[in-house]
Amino acid sequence: MPDEEIKVGCARPTGGPVGPAQASPPAGGKASLATQEVKRMIQVGKPAPDFVSPAYHQGKFTQVKLSDHLGKWVVLCFYPGDFTFV
Amino acid sequence: MDLLSVSVDSVFVHKMWNDHELSKMVDGGVPFPMLSDGGGRVGTVYGVYDPDAGVEMRGRFIIDPDGIVQGYEVLTPPVGRNVAETIRQVQAYQHVRASKGSEATPSGWRPGKLTLKPGPDLVGRVWEVWKPSIENE
Repeated sequence: MPDEEIKVGCARPTGGPVGPAQASPPAGGKASLATQEVKRMIQVGKPAPDFVSPAYHQGKFTQVKLSDHLGKWVVLCFYPGDFTFV
Repeated sequence: MDLLSVSVDSVFVHKMWNDHELSKMVDGGVPFPMLSDGGGRVGTVYGVYDPDAGVEMRGRFIIDPDGIVQGYEVLTPPVGRNVAETIRQVQAYQHVRASKGSEATPSGWRPGKLTLKPGPDLVGRVWEVWKPSIENE
């Protein structure tokens, strides 16, 4: 897939949700913790929240946007961490 | 089908994990993009980020070509998922989509197995065409 390659410096590249559908991401750090709304789980049958995220892919650092994958089936897998055991 | 993996690790750690461990499990290394969600903002939106632990649970989301979430499964860290079951579910959703919703896949369905065609004629008569033992045939 033609994900855009990104240049990396010393700062960690970051991504996050995009588009209007999401609850606003924590903007102010501590303040947002206090006002954080009740967590809601994703609902099946509803649109997947779009996001952009830096990625490592076959030797390159790229920028992945979920909505670039429209037209294909996507399996999105979260996991606790690299170098963990399972 | 496109697979995307996500954790809070940096892309640099993803590279090291791929180069030093995963490439020893899979020839050529990880074939799909390994996404970095430092801060867990994407995981938060998907409801799988645990802010106390600072990591994301094993959440797996099946998203169709229209961007609609068709299914998900979330496990706590110590138990791994079943890849074959994920593939089975994707195949079933692909089959249903190809039938434009005219077919449904009963429990345990695999490609080539009997599907159901919901409609007035099938009400109360599923037993005539399907029973639980079909799953194991």
